[in-house]
Amino acid sequence: MADVIEVGAARGDAPPPAAKAARRGASAGRTGRATPYLFLAPYLVLFGVFGLLPIILGLWLSVHQWDFQLPNRPFVGLDNYKELFSSDSAVYGDWWESVRATAIFTVLSVPLLVVVPLGLALLLNRSFPGRTFFRAIYFAPYVLGVAVIGLLWRFLLDANLGLVNRIAGAVGLPSDTPWVTNMPWAWISLVGVTVWWTSGFNAVIYLAGLQDISPELYEAARMDGANAWQRFRNVTLPGLRPVLLFVITTTVLASANMFGQSFLITQGAPGTETRTVVWFIVETGLRNNNAGKAAAMSIMFALMLAVVSLANFRLFRYKED
Amino acid sequence: MTTPTPTTGGSATALRRVVLYATLVALALIFLMPLVWMVITSLKTYTAAQQIPPSWLPNPIAGYGYEQILNNSANPVLRWFLNSMLAATLHSLLVLVTASMAAYALARLKFRGRGVSFALIVGTLFIPPTSLIIPNFLIVDQLNWIDTLTVVIVPGAASAFGVFFLRQFFLSLPNELEEAATLDGANQWQIFFRVVLPLSKPALATLAVLSFLTNWNDFLWPIFVLFSPEQLTLPPGLGLLQGSYVTDYPVIMAGAVLASLPVLILFVLAQRHIIQGVSRSGLKG
Repeated sequence: MADVIEVGAARGDAPPPAAKAARRGASAGRTGRATPYLFLAPYLVLFGVFGLLPIILGLWLSVHQWDFQLPNRPFVGLDNYKELFSSDSAVYGDWWESVRATAIFTVLSVPLLVVVPLGLALLLNRSFPGRTFFRAIYFAPYVLGVAVIGLLWRFLLDANLGLVNRIAGAVGLPSDTPWVTNMPWAWISLVGVTVWWTSGFNAVIYLAGLQDISPELYEAARMDGANAWQRFRNVTLPGLRPVLLFVITTTVLASANMFGQSFLITQGAPGTETRTVVWFIVETGLRNNNAGKAAAMSIMFALMLAVVSLANFRLFRYKED
Repeated sequence: MTTPTPTTGGSATALRRVVLYATLVALALIFLMPLVWMVITSLKTYTAAQQIPPSWLPNPIAGYGYEQILNNSANPVLRWFLNSMLAATLHSLLVLVTASMAAYALARLKFRGRGVSFALIVGTLFIPPTSLIIPNFLIVDQLNWIDTLTVVIVPGAASAFGVFFLRQFFLSLPNELEEAATLDGANQWQIFFRVVLPLSKPALATLAVLSFLTNWNDFLWPIFVLFSPEQLTLPPGLGLLQGSYVTDYPVIMAGAVLASLPVLILFVLAQRHIIQGVSRSGLKG
């Protein structure tokens, strides 16, 4: 893919002389100078209104006390931001509780979401009859929306009627685990459901990466007497590095943006311990009408994610050099 | 590809096969069991679903759950289904049209501001969409789109993914075809419609399917911008359904089955496109 980009860029910058002449001769008259802009226009309208404008509007909102129900929306400078850091403000406790919840979920889920799919991909990366079939089955949960998997797992994890406790009971484990209402079960449930739901997605990305590793490298390693673990360590992992960086970065972002699972499965329980940042932002902005505060939180959240992503990038790029 | 060479003899290979398939099947059960249970429960009566321990098969097979969701004026599930269908279809059409045109300009045409526009568009890929929800709510409120289907069709089409995805594909097409068409006197519009688009059918199909799935499954945005029961799409509708039926699981699971069927069918039919789209999105990094 990287090759494609470079070839394309080179092409764009310096078209071969023949094409240049042809374009000048045959199409310059027919195709007006406005043509490229006309092609771009429909998307740019959407992009401007729902992609760029919200960024500017978000910054503007964050320095105002903006309540949907109040006519006066005074400028308040950085007050909305300061409140997030001063322990005597009304939002301080809930905000940091939601940051904590998001951090816990991210730290618990990302390692599993990186390792389990890698295992699946290694399992699927051989030629055997039924390979495509099993790949499809492992991927299937991912095509369902969070609304469906949320309702489904709320039911499966129900302490009395749920299948999970029934199966646990049948194999001699406790059959009354409060999966969605108590700690640490609530986190275990949310992480477990997310691993079940999205592992197939990362596995497919790994599979594509594995297929780009030259079979000759494995052959050479085998000739050198490398065992399976050594081949994995010295051929597979280095070959997967760019894919691994991509998977880790996108998975961290996805986990940090978690909303539906805790909104539907634990419903924030116990108390509001599993209420995530995204949830708290929309609740502040859209349920409690505090758009200014919510906008400030959104920007803080985006900054936190940027820092984490950069750290990720540094960490993995560094090793490469 | 990396199948171990059978140096240790037939029985060891056979044993490996058995272990491999046993692992594959065990994993398949974990991934499928919850979905199977959803279907089984949707076919039970209320009393059967309350039994402890639960029965593995619905006996008798009951239409109760489905009857409830199909004849229910407070929870017009069929209406939600149609709303979702319409929204996801129109959304993916809108993405196809706008993203393919923009991607063509960015990949194949030279104009002032091309670099800047591309940088801006790609730059937004790094901004978490969740952090734009509050200002976007204000914008659709100003447009009077709240509680209409437009609000779940249009704003999501501003995503940079489609443009980025198609631009990559267009760049990979050979230049010669366009050059030949240019020499034949075709203009850029004709080249786009008659040369580039027909060559891009696989990429367009992938984007259409992915956009449909994303829109069909979207939850966070619709629960805050749709309110009236008859305006809802399925994801916020299912939440309402759970609110009214609480532990009446056959009804709730029937709703979940209805929301899953179209995407599961789409997955079976367009598996190759979905998997390819996902793996290609992974290689952009």
